[in-house]
Amino acid sequence: MSTDTSTIPLKQRLAARGLDGLTLLVLPAVLFLLALFIYPFFYGLFLSFEPKQGGIFANYQRFFSDRFLYGTIATTLWLALPVTIATLLLAIPIAFRVRLMKNQRLLTTILVIPITLGTVLVAEGLLNYLGPQGWFNRVLMTFGIISSPVKLLHNYWGVMLSLVITGFPFTFLLTLSYLSGIDPALEQAGATLGAGPWDRFKHILFPLLLPGLAITFCLSFVQAFSVFPSAVLLGAPSGPTRVISIAAYQAAFEEYDYSMASAVAMIMGVVQLTIVVVVLAARGLLYRGPAGGGKG
Amino acid sequence: MVKDTRLSTKLWAAANWTLIGFFVVNLFAMIATVVTSSFSTRWLGTWLPAGWTTRWYSAAWSEFQLYDVLSVTFQIVFLVVALSGLIGVPAAYALARRDFPGKKLVMLLFLLPLLVPPITFGIPLATVLYQTGFAGQMSGVVLANLVPTVPFVILVMIPFIEQIDTKIEAAARVFGANTFKLFVHVLLPLLMPGILAALLLVLVRTLAMFELTFLTAGPTSQTLVVALYYAVFAAGVRAVQSIDAMAVIYMVTTLIWLVIALRFVNPTQIVARAKK
Repeated sequence: MSTDTSTIPLKQRLAARGLDGLTLLVLPAVLFLLALFIYPFFYGLFLSFEPKQGGIFANYQRFFSDRFLYGTIATTLWLALPVTIATLLLAIPIAFRVRLMKNQRLLTTILVIPITLGTVLVAEGLLNYLGPQGWFNRVLMTFGIISSPVKLLHNYWGVMLSLVITGFPFTFLLTLSYLSGIDPALEQAGATLGAGPWDRFKHILFPLLLPGLAITFCLSFVQAFSVFPSAVLLGAPSGPTRVISIAAYQAAFEEYDYSMASAVAMIMGVVQLTIVVVVLAARGLLYRGPAGGGKG
Repeated sequence: MVKDTRLSTKLWAAANWTLIGFFVVNLFAMIATVVTSSFSTRWLGTWLPAGWTTRWYSAAWSEFQLYDVLSVTFQIVFLVVALSGLIGVPAAYALARRDFPGKKLVMLLFLLPLLVPPITFGIPLATVLYQTGFAGQMSGVVLANLVPTVPFVILVMIPFIEQIDTKIEAAARVFGANTFKLFVHVLLPLLMPGILAALLLVLVRTLAMFELTFLTAGPTSQTLVVALYYAVFAAGVRAVQSIDAMAVIYMVTTLIWLVIALRFVNPTQIVARAKK
Protein backbone atom coordinates (compact mmCIF):
# COMPACT_ATOMS: atom_id res chain seq x y z
CA MET A 1 0.00 0.00 0.00
CA SER A 2 2.53 2.53 1.15
CA THR A 3 4.62 2.13 -2.00
CA ASP A 4 2.00 3.30 -4.44
CA THR A 5 0.13 5.93 -2.41
CA SER A 6 2.11 8.55 -4.28
CA THR A 7 0.53 7.47 -7.56
CA ILE A 8 -3.02 7.96 -6.20
CA PRO A 9 -4.13 11.58 -6.61
CA LEU A 10 -4.42 13.58 -3.41
CA LYS A 11 -8.10 14.18 -4.09
CA GLN A 12 -8.88 10.46 -4.03
CA ARG A 13 -6.78 9.82 -0.96
CA LEU A 14 -8.70 12.54 0.88
CA ALA A 15 -12.02 11.23 -0.40
CA ALA A 16 -11.15 7.80 0.97
CA ARG A 17 -10.91 9.38 4.41
CA GLY A 18 -14.24 11.11 3.97
CA LEU A 19 -12.98 14.50 2.85
CA ASP A 20 -14.39 15.69 -0.45
CA GLY A 21 -16.33 18.62 -1.83
CA LEU A 22 -19.43 17.58 0.06
CA THR A 23 -17.67 17.52 3.41
CA LEU A 24 -16.73 21.14 2.86
CA LEU A 25 -20.40 22.06 3.30
CA VAL A 26 -19.82 21.80 7.03
CA LEU A 27 -17.22 24.58 6.85
CA PRO A 28 -19.48 27.67 6.99
CA ALA A 29 -21.13 26.45 10.17
CA VAL A 30 -17.80 25.49 11.75
CA LEU A 31 -16.22 28.83 10.85
CA PHE A 32 -19.26 30.70 12.12
CA LEU A 33 -19.14 28.99 15.51
CA LEU A 34 -15.36 29.33 15.75
CA ALA A 35 -15.75 33.06 15.16
CA LEU A 36 -18.74 33.70 17.41
CA PHE A 37 -18.54 31.02 20.08
CA ILE A 38 -14.97 29.77 20.52
CA TYR A 39 -13.21 33.05 19.73
CA PRO A 40 -15.34 35.15 22.15
CA PHE A 41 -14.71 32.55 24.84
CA PHE A 42 -10.92 32.82 24.53
CA TYR A 43 -11.15 36.57 24.01
CA GLY A 44 -13.11 36.79 27.27
CA LEU A 45 -10.69 34.48 29.02
CA PHE A 46 -7.68 36.59 28.05
CA LEU A 47 -9.54 39.83 28.66
CA SER A 48 -10.31 38.69 32.21
CA PHE A 49 -6.55 38.58 32.85
CA GLU A 50 -6.10 42.17 31.62
CA PRO A 51 -7.87 44.13 34.36
CA LYS A 52 -8.32 47.89 34.32
CA GLN A 53 -5.83 48.12 37.14
CA GLY A 54 -3.61 45.72 39.06
CA GLY A 55 -1.88 42.48 38.15
CA ILE A 56 -3.19 39.78 35.87
CA PHE A 57 -5.26 38.17 38.61
CA ALA A 58 -6.67 41.46 39.93
CA ASN A 59 -10.21 40.75 38.68
CA TYR A 60 -10.32 37.37 40.31
CA GLN A 61 -8.79 38.74 43.52
CA ARG A 62 -11.42 41.46 43.56
CA PHE A 63 -14.20 38.95 42.98
CA PHE A 64 -13.10 36.63 45.77
CA SER A 65 -12.38 39.37 48.30
CA ASP A 66 -15.59 41.39 47.84
CA ARG A 67 -18.47 39.74 49.67
CA PHE A 68 -20.92 41.56 47.40
CA LEU A 69 -19.35 39.66 44.49
CA TYR A 70 -18.30 36.25 45.78
CA GLY A 71 -21.53 36.01 47.74
CA THR A 72 -23.39 35.80 44.43
CA ILE A 73 -22.08 32.25 43.90
CA ALA A 74 -23.73 31.04 47.12
CA THR A 75 -26.89 33.05 46.37
CA THR A 76 -27.18 31.49 42.93
CA LEU A 77 -26.46 27.97 44.17
CA TRP A 78 -28.99 28.48 46.96
CA LEU A 79 -31.58 29.20 44.26
CA ALA A 80 -30.50 26.83 41.51
CA LEU A 81 -29.97 23.64 43.52
CA PRO A 82 -33.35 23.66 45.36
CA VAL A 83 -35.11 24.59 42.12
CA THR A 84 -33.47 21.75 40.21
CA ILE A 85 -34.21 19.22 42.95
CA ALA A 86 -37.81 20.46 43.33
CA THR A 87 -38.49 20.25 39.60
CA LEU A 88 -36.99 16.76 39.45
CA LEU A 89 -39.04 15.58 42.45
CA LEU A 90 -42.17 16.95 40.77
CA ALA A 91 -41.28 15.68 37.31
CA ILE A 92 -40.44 12.05 38.14
CA PRO A 93 -43.81 10.90 39.58
CA ILE A 94 -45.73 12.91 37.00
CA ALA A 95 -43.67 11.47 34.15
CA PHE A 96 -44.37 7.97 35.50
CA ARG A 97 -48.08 8.76 35.53
CA VAL A 98 -48.20 10.38 32.09
CA ARG A 99 -46.21 7.50 30.56
CA LEU A 100 -49.29 5.29 31.02
CA MET A 101 -51.53 7.75 29.16
CA LYS A 102 -52.48 7.05 25.57
CA ASN A 103 -52.87 10.67 24.49
CA GLN A 104 -50.03 12.72 25.89
CA ARG A 105 -50.12 15.44 23.29
CA LEU A 106 -52.54 17.83 25.00
CA LEU A 107 -50.67 17.78 28.31
CA THR A 108 -47.24 18.12 26.69
CA THR A 109 -48.57 21.03 24.61
CA ILE A 110 -49.83 22.81 27.74
CA LEU A 111 -46.49 22.25 29.41
CA VAL A 112 -44.58 23.67 26.45
CA ILE A 113 -46.44 27.01 26.78
CA PRO A 114 -44.38 28.42 29.70
CA ILE A 115 -41.17 27.59 27.83
CA THR A 116 -42.22 29.34 24.64
CA LEU A 117 -43.56 32.34 26.55
CA GLY A 118 -40.19 32.71 28.20
CA THR A 119 -38.99 33.94 31.55
CA VAL A 120 -39.89 37.61 31.02
CA LEU A 121 -43.58 36.96 30.46
CA VAL A 122 -43.79 34.50 33.35
CA ALA A 123 -42.21 37.14 35.57
CA GLU A 124 -44.71 39.76 34.41
CA GLY A 125 -47.61 37.35 34.92
CA LEU A 126 -46.47 36.35 38.40
CA LEU A 127 -46.15 40.01 39.39
CA ASN A 128 -49.90 40.30 38.85
CA TYR A 129 -50.93 36.86 39.97
CA LEU A 130 -48.95 36.50 43.20
CA GLY A 131 -49.31 40.10 44.32
CA PRO A 132 -51.04 40.94 47.61
CA GLN A 133 -54.29 41.61 45.70
CA GLY A 134 -53.74 38.87 43.13
CA TRP A 135 -55.97 35.87 42.60
CA PHE A 136 -53.54 33.49 44.30
CA ASN A 137 -53.66 35.25 47.66
CA ARG A 138 -57.39 35.94 47.31
CA VAL A 139 -58.22 32.26 46.83
CA LEU A 140 -56.09 31.26 49.80
CA MET A 141 -57.71 33.94 51.97
CA THR A 142 -61.23 33.03 50.85
CA PHE A 143 -60.64 29.43 51.88
CA GLY A 144 -59.26 30.68 55.17
CA ILE A 145 -55.87 29.02 54.68
CA ILE A 146 -54.11 32.29 55.42
CA SER A 147 -55.30 35.43 57.20
CA SER A 148 -53.10 38.00 55.49
CA PRO A 149 -51.55 37.88 52.01
CA VAL A 150 -48.35 35.82 51.70
CA LYS A 151 -45.46 37.91 50.52
CA LEU A 152 -44.18 36.08 47.45
CA LEU A 153 -42.80 38.93 45.38
CA HIS A 154 -39.53 40.80 45.47
CA ASN A 155 -37.90 38.10 47.56
CA TYR A 156 -36.44 34.61 47.26
CA TRP A 157 -39.79 32.88 46.75
CA GLY A 158 -40.85 34.88 43.71
CA VAL A 159 -37.70 33.92 41.84
CA MET A 160 -37.92 30.35 43.07
CA LEU A 161 -41.54 29.96 41.89
CA SER A 162 -40.88 31.50 38.50
CA LEU A 163 -37.89 29.19 38.01
CA VAL A 164 -40.00 26.17 38.91
CA ILE A 165 -42.72 27.26 36.45
CA THR A 166 -40.29 27.73 33.58
CA GLY A 167 -38.05 24.83 34.59
CA PHE A 168 -40.61 22.15 35.40
CA PRO A 169 -41.89 21.61 31.82
CA PHE A 170 -38.34 21.25 30.54
CA THR A 171 -37.40 18.75 33.27
CA PHE A 172 -40.66 16.87 32.88
CA LEU A 173 -40.50 16.46 29.10
CA LEU A 174 -36.85 15.39 29.26
CA THR A 175 -37.61 12.84 32.00
CA LEU A 176 -40.59 11.57 30.01
CA SER A 177 -38.49 11.05 26.90
CA TYR A 178 -35.87 9.10 28.89
CA LEU A 179 -38.57 7.08 30.60
CA SER A 180 -40.26 6.11 27.34
CA GLY A 181 -36.86 4.87 26.13
CA ILE A 182 -36.90 2.06 28.71
CA ASP A 183 -38.02 -1.29 27.30
CA PRO A 184 -41.53 -1.97 28.74
CA ALA A 185 -40.82 -5.72 28.61
CA LEU A 186 -38.53 -5.35 31.63
CA GLU A 187 -41.27 -3.89 33.76
CA GLN A 188 -43.75 -6.49 32.52
CA ALA A 189 -41.31 -9.25 33.43
CA GLY A 190 -41.07 -7.79 36.92
CA ALA A 191 -44.85 -7.64 37.21
CA THR A 192 -45.15 -11.24 36.02
CA LEU A 193 -42.77 -12.30 38.78
CA GLY A 194 -45.02 -10.63 41.33
CA ALA A 195 -43.35 -7.25 41.90
CA GLY A 196 -45.74 -4.49 42.96
CA PRO A 197 -45.57 -0.94 41.59
CA TRP A 198 -43.16 0.28 44.27
CA ASP A 199 -40.84 -2.73 43.84
CA ARG A 200 -40.87 -2.29 40.07
CA PHE A 201 -39.99 1.36 40.49
CA LYS A 202 -37.25 0.74 43.03
CA HIS A 203 -35.55 -2.24 41.42
CA ILE A 204 -36.21 -1.87 37.69
CA LEU A 205 -37.29 1.53 36.41
CA PHE A 206 -35.47 3.90 38.74
CA PRO A 207 -32.00 2.35 38.29
CA LEU A 208 -32.48 2.37 34.51
CA LEU A 209 -33.70 5.96 34.58
CA LEU A 210 -30.86 7.28 36.74
CA PRO A 211 -28.38 7.96 33.90
CA GLY A 212 -31.04 9.97 32.10
CA LEU A 213 -31.92 11.79 35.30
CA ALA A 214 -28.28 12.77 35.72
CA ILE A 215 -28.34 14.48 32.30
CA THR A 216 -31.70 16.08 33.12
CA PHE A 217 -30.31 17.35 36.40
CA CYS A 218 -27.32 18.91 34.65
CA LEU A 219 -29.39 20.67 31.98
CA SER A 220 -31.99 21.96 34.46
CA PHE A 221 -29.33 23.08 36.88
CA VAL A 222 -27.38 24.99 34.25
CA GLN A 223 -30.58 26.75 33.17
CA ALA A 224 -31.53 27.68 36.72
CA PHE A 225 -28.00 28.79 37.53
CA SER A 226 -28.02 31.36 34.73
CA VAL A 227 -31.28 32.95 35.90
CA PHE A 228 -31.42 36.61 34.98
CA PRO A 229 -34.71 38.34 34.10
CA SER A 230 -36.80 36.77 36.87
CA ALA A 231 -34.15 37.52 39.50
CA VAL A 232 -34.34 41.19 38.53
CA LEU A 233 -38.09 41.50 38.06
CA LEU A 234 -39.44 39.18 40.77
CA GLY A 235 -36.59 39.14 43.26
CA ALA A 236 -34.62 41.60 45.25
CA PRO A 237 -31.75 42.17 42.81
CA SER A 238 -29.65 44.14 45.24
CA GLY A 239 -30.08 41.72 48.11
CA PRO A 240 -31.26 38.15 48.57
CA THR A 241 -31.53 37.33 44.88
CA ARG A 242 -28.44 39.10 43.61
CA VAL A 243 -27.41 36.18 41.40
CA ILE A 244 -24.11 35.88 39.59
CA SER A 245 -25.51 36.87 36.18
CA ILE A 246 -26.62 40.20 37.67
CA ALA A 247 -23.05 40.76 38.89
CA ALA A 248 -21.72 40.00 35.40
CA TYR A 249 -24.31 42.23 33.76
CA GLN A 250 -23.61 45.15 36.09
CA ALA A 251 -19.86 44.87 35.52
CA ALA A 252 -20.35 44.92 31.76
CA PHE A 253 -23.15 47.39 31.19
CA GLU A 254 -23.18 49.60 34.25
CA GLU A 255 -19.46 49.88 35.06
CA TYR A 256 -18.40 49.22 31.43
CA ASP A 257 -15.61 47.04 32.84
CA TYR A 258 -15.65 44.29 30.21
CA SER A 259 -12.57 42.73 31.73
CA MET A 260 -14.29 42.26 35.08
CA ALA A 261 -17.49 41.10 33.36
CA SER A 262 -15.53 38.45 31.46
CA ALA A 263 -13.94 37.30 34.71
CA VAL A 264 -17.39 36.92 36.31
CA ALA A 265 -18.68 35.08 33.23
CA MET A 266 -15.69 32.73 33.40
CA ILE A 267 -16.31 32.07 37.10
CA MET A 268 -19.97 31.43 36.31
CA GLY A 269 -18.96 28.94 33.61
CA VAL A 270 -16.49 27.20 35.94
CA VAL A 271 -19.09 26.74 38.70
CA GLN A 272 -21.61 25.33 36.20
CA LEU A 273 -18.99 23.05 34.73
CA THR A 274 -17.89 21.81 38.16
CA ILE A 275 -21.41 20.73 39.12
CA VAL A 276 -21.97 19.14 35.71
CA VAL A 277 -18.67 17.24 35.87
CA VAL A 278 -19.40 15.99 39.40
CA VAL A 279 -22.86 14.77 38.37
CA LEU A 280 -21.60 13.17 35.17
CA ALA A 281 -18.73 11.48 37.01
CA ALA A 282 -21.27 10.00 39.41
CA ARG A 283 -23.31 8.95 36.37
CA GLY A 284 -20.29 7.04 35.06
CA LEU A 285 -20.61 4.73 38.07
CA LEU A 286 -24.16 3.78 37.09
CA TYR A 287 -25.30 0.95 34.87
CA ARG A 288 -25.66 1.93 31.26
CA GLY A 289 -26.52 -0.99 29.09
CA PRO A 290 -28.70 -1.87 26.14
CA ALA A 291 -31.77 -1.95 28.39
CA GLY A 292 -31.29 1.55 29.72
CA GLY A 293 -33.11 4.63 28.63
CA GLY A 294 -29.70 6.25 28.23
CA LYS A 295 -30.30 7.98 24.92
CA GLY A 296 -28.00 10.78 25.94
CA MET B 1 -49.50 -3.58 32.15
CA VAL B 2 -51.77 -5.35 34.61
CA LYS B 3 -54.37 -3.02 36.02
CA ASP B 4 -53.54 -2.33 39.65
CA THR B 5 -56.64 -1.88 41.79
CA ARG B 6 -55.12 -1.43 45.24
CA LEU B 7 -56.14 1.63 47.24
CA SER B 8 -52.56 2.86 47.69
CA THR B 9 -52.04 2.89 43.93
CA LYS B 10 -55.24 4.82 43.37
CA LEU B 11 -54.36 7.34 46.05
CA TRP B 12 -50.93 7.84 44.53
CA ALA B 13 -52.46 8.37 41.09
CA ALA B 14 -54.91 10.89 42.53
CA ALA B 15 -52.05 12.73 44.26
CA ASN B 16 -50.15 12.91 40.97
CA TRP B 17 -53.13 14.24 39.07
CA THR B 18 -53.74 16.83 41.78
CA LEU B 19 -50.16 18.00 41.34
CA ILE B 20 -50.54 18.25 37.56
CA GLY B 21 -53.87 20.01 38.00
CA PHE B 22 -52.43 22.47 40.51
CA PHE B 23 -49.62 23.37 38.14
CA VAL B 24 -51.86 23.77 35.09
CA VAL B 25 -54.53 25.76 37.00
CA ASN B 26 -51.94 28.19 38.36
CA LEU B 27 -50.34 28.54 34.95
CA PHE B 28 -53.62 29.41 33.28
CA ALA B 29 -54.69 31.66 36.15
CA MET B 30 -51.42 33.56 35.75
CA ILE B 31 -52.01 34.03 32.02
CA ALA B 32 -55.66 34.94 32.66
CA THR B 33 -54.58 37.61 35.17
CA VAL B 34 -52.48 39.33 32.53
CA VAL B 35 -55.24 39.16 29.92
CA THR B 36 -57.93 40.37 32.36
CA SER B 37 -55.78 43.22 33.57
CA SER B 38 -55.08 44.36 30.02
CA PHE B 39 -58.82 44.81 29.38
CA SER B 40 -59.68 46.43 32.70
CA THR B 41 -60.42 50.08 33.39
CA ARG B 42 -59.46 49.94 37.04
CA TRP B 43 -58.57 46.83 39.02
CA LEU B 44 -57.67 47.41 42.64
CA GLY B 45 -58.46 45.06 45.49
CA THR B 46 -61.37 43.19 43.92
CA TRP B 47 -61.88 39.83 42.26
CA LEU B 48 -62.67 41.35 38.91
CA PRO B 49 -61.97 44.78 37.44
CA ALA B 50 -64.44 47.66 37.78
CA GLY B 51 -65.02 47.91 34.04
CA TRP B 52 -63.81 46.74 30.68
CA THR B 53 -62.04 48.63 27.93
CA THR B 54 -59.73 48.06 24.98
CA ARG B 55 -58.09 51.45 25.13
CA TRP B 56 -54.91 50.09 26.76
CA TYR B 57 -54.06 48.35 23.52
CA SER B 58 -53.98 51.57 21.55
CA ALA B 59 -52.18 53.21 24.48
CA ALA B 60 -49.53 50.48 24.54
CA TRP B 61 -49.27 50.56 20.77
CA SER B 62 -48.27 54.24 20.76
CA GLU B 63 -46.46 54.42 24.14
CA PHE B 64 -44.09 51.56 23.42
CA GLN B 65 -43.86 52.25 19.66
CA LEU B 66 -44.98 48.71 19.10
CA TYR B 67 -45.18 49.13 15.34
CA ASP B 68 -41.43 49.75 15.20
CA VAL B 69 -40.69 47.08 17.77
CA LEU B 70 -42.76 44.48 15.92
CA SER B 71 -41.24 45.27 12.55
CA VAL B 72 -37.72 45.08 14.05
CA THR B 73 -38.63 41.82 15.80
CA PHE B 74 -39.83 40.16 12.62
CA GLN B 75 -36.92 41.40 10.55
CA ILE B 76 -34.50 39.96 13.11
CA VAL B 77 -36.42 36.70 13.51
CA PHE B 78 -36.77 36.05 9.79
CA LEU B 79 -33.12 36.87 9.15
CA VAL B 80 -32.13 34.44 11.91
CA VAL B 81 -34.44 31.77 10.51
CA ALA B 82 -33.20 32.18 6.93
CA LEU B 83 -29.51 32.31 7.83
CA SER B 84 -29.60 29.42 10.26
CA GLY B 85 -31.29 27.35 7.55
CA LEU B 86 -28.73 28.36 4.93
CA ILE B 87 -25.76 27.62 7.17
CA GLY B 88 -27.23 24.74 9.12
CA VAL B 89 -28.85 22.48 6.53
CA PRO B 90 -25.76 21.98 4.29
CA ALA B 91 -23.63 21.35 7.37
CA ALA B 92 -26.16 18.80 8.64
CA TYR B 93 -26.06 17.13 5.23
CA ALA B 94 -22.27 16.84 5.29
CA LEU B 95 -22.35 15.49 8.85
CA ALA B 96 -25.07 12.95 8.06
CA ARG B 97 -23.35 11.61 4.95
CA ARG B 98 -19.62 11.72 5.62
CA ASP B 99 -17.32 10.30 8.25
CA PHE B 100 -14.17 12.32 8.50
CA PRO B 101 -11.33 12.71 10.98
CA GLY B 102 -12.30 15.14 13.72
CA LYS B 103 -16.04 14.64 13.26
CA LYS B 104 -16.50 14.08 17.00
CA LEU B 105 -14.81 17.40 17.71
CA VAL B 106 -17.07 19.16 15.21
CA MET B 107 -20.13 17.60 16.83
CA LEU B 108 -18.91 18.80 20.22
CA LEU B 109 -18.55 22.29 18.76
CA PHE B 110 -22.21 22.13 17.73
CA LEU B 111 -23.41 20.73 21.06
CA LEU B 112 -21.72 23.27 23.32
CA PRO B 113 -23.74 26.38 22.38
CA LEU B 114 -26.90 24.42 23.20
CA LEU B 115 -25.66 23.19 26.55
CA VAL B 116 -24.05 26.39 27.81
CA PRO B 117 -26.73 28.89 28.91
CA PRO B 118 -26.98 32.03 26.76
CA ILE B 119 -26.06 34.44 29.52
CA THR B 120 -22.75 32.64 30.17
CA PHE B 121 -21.48 32.80 26.61
CA GLY B 122 -23.50 35.93 25.84
CA ILE B 123 -21.34 38.28 27.92
CA PRO B 124 -18.02 37.51 26.19
CA LEU B 125 -19.89 37.38 22.86
CA ALA B 126 -21.48 40.79 23.47
CA THR B 127 -18.04 42.16 24.40
CA VAL B 128 -16.60 40.98 21.07
CA LEU B 129 -19.62 42.32 19.18
CA TYR B 130 -19.28 45.72 20.86
CA GLN B 131 -15.56 45.83 20.05
CA THR B 132 -16.23 45.05 16.40
CA GLY B 133 -19.12 47.52 16.21
CA PHE B 134 -21.85 45.00 15.40
CA ALA B 135 -23.69 45.20 18.70
CA GLY B 136 -26.23 47.95 19.19
CA GLN B 137 -27.66 47.39 15.74
CA MET B 138 -29.68 44.72 14.06
CA SER B 139 -26.74 42.83 12.56
CA GLY B 140 -25.26 42.23 16.01
CA VAL B 141 -28.55 40.91 17.38
CA VAL B 142 -28.89 38.57 14.39
CA LEU B 143 -25.31 37.32 14.76
CA ALA B 144 -25.73 36.67 18.48
CA ASN B 145 -29.02 34.83 17.97
CA LEU B 146 -27.49 32.61 15.28
CA VAL B 147 -25.00 31.13 17.77
CA PRO B 148 -27.52 28.73 19.36
CA THR B 149 -29.84 28.39 16.33
CA VAL B 150 -27.29 27.14 13.76
CA PRO B 151 -26.30 24.15 15.95
CA PHE B 152 -29.98 23.61 16.75
CA VAL B 153 -30.87 23.30 13.04
CA ILE B 154 -27.92 20.97 12.50
CA LEU B 155 -28.84 18.64 15.36
CA VAL B 156 -32.52 18.53 14.35
CA MET B 157 -31.72 17.96 10.67
CA ILE B 158 -29.11 15.18 10.95
CA PRO B 159 -31.62 12.39 11.75
CA PHE B 160 -33.97 13.68 9.02
CA ILE B 161 -31.19 13.48 6.42
CA GLU B 162 -29.91 10.13 7.62
CA GLN B 163 -33.26 8.48 6.89
CA ILE B 164 -33.19 9.47 3.21
CA ASP B 165 -32.02 6.57 1.05
CA THR B 166 -28.56 7.26 -0.41
CA LYS B 167 -29.56 5.36 -3.57
CA ILE B 168 -31.80 8.27 -4.56
CA GLU B 169 -28.81 10.58 -4.47
CA ALA B 170 -26.65 8.03 -6.31
CA ALA B 171 -29.30 7.82 -9.04
CA ALA B 172 -29.32 11.61 -9.41
CA ARG B 173 -25.53 11.59 -9.65
CA VAL B 174 -25.65 8.90 -12.35
CA PHE B 175 -27.93 11.15 -14.38
CA GLY B 176 -25.36 13.90 -14.11
CA ALA B 177 -26.62 16.14 -11.32
CA ASN B 178 -23.96 18.13 -9.53
CA THR B 179 -24.15 18.82 -5.79
CA PHE B 180 -26.13 22.02 -6.31
CA LYS B 181 -28.70 20.42 -8.62
CA LEU B 182 -28.91 17.46 -6.27
CA PHE B 183 -29.78 19.82 -3.44
CA VAL B 184 -32.37 21.84 -5.31
CA HIS B 185 -34.18 19.09 -7.20
CA VAL B 186 -33.79 16.01 -5.02
CA LEU B 187 -32.88 16.77 -1.43
CA LEU B 188 -34.78 19.96 -0.81
CA PRO B 189 -38.21 18.55 -1.74
CA LEU B 190 -37.53 15.42 0.33
CA LEU B 191 -36.26 17.39 3.31
CA MET B 192 -38.93 20.09 3.23
CA PRO B 193 -40.97 18.74 6.20
CA GLY B 194 -37.83 18.48 8.31
CA ILE B 195 -36.54 21.91 7.34
CA LEU B 196 -39.92 23.47 7.99
CA ALA B 197 -40.07 21.89 11.45
CA ALA B 198 -36.53 22.95 12.34
CA LEU B 199 -37.05 26.51 11.13
CA LEU B 200 -40.37 26.93 12.93
CA LEU B 201 -38.69 25.83 16.14
CA VAL B 202 -35.92 28.35 15.51
CA LEU B 203 -38.59 31.01 15.00
CA VAL B 204 -40.36 30.24 18.29
CA ARG B 205 -37.06 30.09 20.19
CA THR B 206 -35.77 33.34 18.70
CA LEU B 207 -39.00 35.19 19.52
CA ALA B 208 -38.62 34.13 23.14
CA MET B 209 -34.82 34.51 23.30
CA PHE B 210 -34.31 37.23 25.85
CA GLU B 211 -30.71 37.07 27.07
CA LEU B 212 -28.75 37.27 23.81
CA THR B 213 -30.94 40.01 22.35
CA PHE B 214 -30.90 41.94 25.62
CA LEU B 215 -27.09 41.87 25.76
CA THR B 216 -26.54 42.98 22.16
CA ALA B 217 -29.52 45.19 21.27
CA GLY B 218 -29.38 48.95 21.00
CA PRO B 219 -32.37 51.30 21.26
CA THR B 220 -33.39 50.70 17.64
CA SER B 221 -32.84 46.96 17.58
CA GLN B 222 -34.95 45.76 20.49
CA THR B 223 -37.19 42.77 19.99
CA LEU B 224 -40.60 42.51 21.59
CA VAL B 225 -39.43 40.45 24.55
CA VAL B 226 -36.67 42.94 25.40
CA ALA B 227 -39.07 45.87 25.09
CA LEU B 228 -41.41 44.02 27.45
CA TYR B 229 -38.57 43.50 29.93
CA TYR B 230 -37.75 47.21 29.95
CA ALA B 231 -41.43 48.08 30.40
CA VAL B 232 -41.79 45.72 33.39
CA PHE B 233 -38.43 46.86 34.78
CA ALA B 234 -39.58 50.47 34.73
CA ALA B 235 -43.01 49.59 36.11
CA GLY B 236 -44.65 52.53 37.81
CA VAL B 237 -43.75 54.85 34.95
CA ARG B 238 -46.62 53.51 32.85
CA ALA B 239 -50.04 52.12 33.73
CA VAL B 240 -49.97 48.44 34.67
CA GLN B 241 -52.74 47.71 32.16
CA SER B 242 -50.69 49.18 29.35
CA ILE B 243 -47.75 46.86 30.17
CA ASP B 244 -50.17 43.96 30.39
CA ALA B 245 -51.61 44.85 26.99
CA MET B 246 -48.09 44.68 25.59
CA ALA B 247 -47.57 41.34 27.33
CA VAL B 248 -50.74 40.04 25.68
CA ILE B 249 -49.51 41.21 22.28
CA TYR B 250 -46.24 39.37 22.94
CA MET B 251 -48.11 36.23 24.06
CA VAL B 252 -50.29 36.25 20.96
CA THR B 253 -47.30 36.70 18.64
CA THR B 254 -45.47 33.80 20.25
CA LEU B 255 -48.43 31.48 20.63
CA ILE B 256 -49.57 31.86 17.00
CA TRP B 257 -46.21 30.54 15.85
CA LEU B 258 -46.25 27.86 18.53
CA VAL B 259 -49.62 26.61 17.26
CA ILE B 260 -48.33 26.59 13.68
CA ALA B 261 -45.15 24.81 14.79
CA LEU B 262 -47.08 22.17 16.70
CA ARG B 263 -48.81 21.11 13.50
CA PHE B 264 -45.45 19.93 12.19
CA VAL B 265 -43.51 18.86 15.25
CA ASN B 266 -43.89 16.91 18.43
CA PRO B 267 -44.04 19.29 21.43
CA THR B 268 -41.15 17.51 23.12
CA GLN B 269 -38.89 18.61 20.24
CA ILE B 270 -39.08 22.18 21.48
CA VAL B 271 -37.46 21.06 24.71
CA ALA B 272 -35.29 18.03 24.13
CA ARG B 273 -32.71 20.00 22.32
CA ALA B 274 -29.52 18.02 22.33
CA LYS B 275 -30.12 14.36 21.99
CA LYS B 276 -27.03 12.61 20.79
